[in-house]
Amino acid sequence: MSVRRVMGVETEYGISVPGQPQANPMAASGEVVTTYARAHGLRAAHGAWDYSDEHPLVDARGFEVPRSRADLSQLTDIEDPTLANVVLANGARLYVDHAHPEYSSPEVTSPRDAVVWDRAGELVMREVVQRLAATPPGINLYKNNTDGKGSSYGTHENFLVTRRTPFERIIAGLTPFFVARQVMCGAGRVGIGQESEHAGYQISSRSDFFEAPVGLETTFKRPIINTRDEPHADPDTWRRLHVIIGDANQADVANLVKTGSTSLVLALIEADAIDRGLEVLHPVEALKVISHDPTCTATVRMRDGRDLTAVQILTEYLEMATAFVEREGSDPATDEVLAHWERILGLLANDPMDAVADIDWVAKLNLLERYRQRDGMAWGDPRLTAIDIQFSDVRPEKGIFHTLERAGRITRLTNDEEVRAAVSTPPADTRAWLRGGVVERLGQHVVSASWDSLVLRLPRAGRIARVSMLDPLAHGRDETESLLATDDVDDLVTGLGA
Amino acid sequence: MAQEQTRPERSGGGDEGPVDEGTRVAAQNAARDEDVDSVLDEIDGVLESNAEEFVKGFVQKGGQ
Repeated sequence: MSVRRVMGVETEYGISVPGQPQANPMAASGEVVTTYARAHGLRAAHGAWDYSDEHPLVDARGFEVPRSRADLSQLTDIEDPTLANVVLANGARLYVDHAHPEYSSPEVTSPRDAVVWDRAGELVMREVVQRLAATPPGINLYKNNTDGKGSSYGTHENFLVTRRTPFERIIAGLTPFFVARQVMCGAGRVGIGQESEHAGYQISSRSDFFEAPVGLETTFKRPIINTRDEPHADPDTWRRLHVIIGDANQADVANLVKTGSTSLVLALIEADAIDRGLEVLHPVEALKVISHDPTCTATVRMRDGRDLTAVQILTEYLEMATAFVEREGSDPATDEVLAHWERILGLLANDPMDAVADIDWVAKLNLLERYRQRDGMAWGDPRLTAIDIQFSDVRPEKGIFHTLERAGRITRLTNDEEVRAAVSTPPADTRAWLRGGVVERLGQHVVSASWDSLVLRLPRAGRIARVSMLDPLAHGRDETESLLATDDVDDLVTGLGA
Repeated sequence: MAQEQTRPERSGGGDEGPVDEGTRVAAQNAARDEDVDSVLDEIDGVLESNAEEFVKGFVQKGGQ
């Protein structure tokens, strides 16, 4: 069993125009995307998205919602010319999603790469903020998930899962895990309730916004298990599990453990190796109970009558994963995730504050508690909420997380050099290599692109060619490097056999 | 810029003696608290000056 699988992380960033809370967020988000595109020679025409393989209304439970009954926000397959959209040289997608700029990382094959290319997105956003600062008031961006006033925006993980795995098994196997995993990878939040109706601190910034166990929606009635079935890959082989429950992580360890442990649990589910009764009786309520308890001692009732803490639930998953790996064999990426997962659970079980260097919500809480002690602040003090927001500011000089990290107070698993490289280099082992390479070298010939296609204008042949990339593991560096080196789009397409 | 960092050693290193676990953890926690105070000053310098207005102005539209 391995933690390795095709995955990626999409992050919607909070956006604000200083001094102008009423500024139009769609326009501001568009400016973010077009500013970056212009600066990197990615013209609008290069960014057109190919929507032909998007099916936002197909439900993994085996039906399709009629368009007439869908919420407008679900119709993500319609091209809106006012919404900017570009493919970056690293194979990522940078676009306007609803009212936020979103960076969707390229497909990667390991949790570690997911962390690196997610962090590359932070650098993309940071560069835009710095460029826009030249014309005041500029635009600021935040890697967080709520404004504390009733709005939430997502950080989504995507994992390819074998199609033959029954979806009911995924629901059963993952729900307790998602209820519990926030203690390892919550980003922390000042305020309880969707509109921060109650003063206080909680583990996850997203948990108060989940209202259903299972469903297709992502912007309302948010479900713990999202059923959107749009694999961007051969649908006979793969489904894409779209994980909408989860916070934006800045801490490497939390981000690695989030994607890594989830991938391992999915491997257990695929192998039908979940051999313990771990059904949480009221998962939506349990999510909030766990999030609202930074001591990590709250228990939730299981179907079998046991009352377990989140750490106990996660320990059961860890034990199953460890046993499976001992039986089936491992690899370095898997060992790394298991080691951090086990270490984190040990810290949380002892005193959650021991994880101050590893987990966003703990690092943030530790800092807030020091402010509370020093300045005698109650949880309702707006200064604490301001620190919470500023914790995720992408600017190195303003973002409080970055201050902590620079001071050596946060465990780094990545280094600045590899993250910087990931801004302009796609992962070598997925089709992102071809996507990014074509945009970088042959951008003027790109009519449109998507996760699984490239539509290219061929000057010599005098035609348009559509390159299909249904296998995420094909079209990597080994296969396409020499073809890309020709810098001739006709030859490239001929070489690809498209 | 930030360098690669691992978790700082807090136990003093090499003290294999029969230290009471509670005492050890309490000492660690105290060291941690003292430690964080040293960065508070730096953070004070970058915090938005009018917190209330800053918080009020941070208004988002919902996302996915």
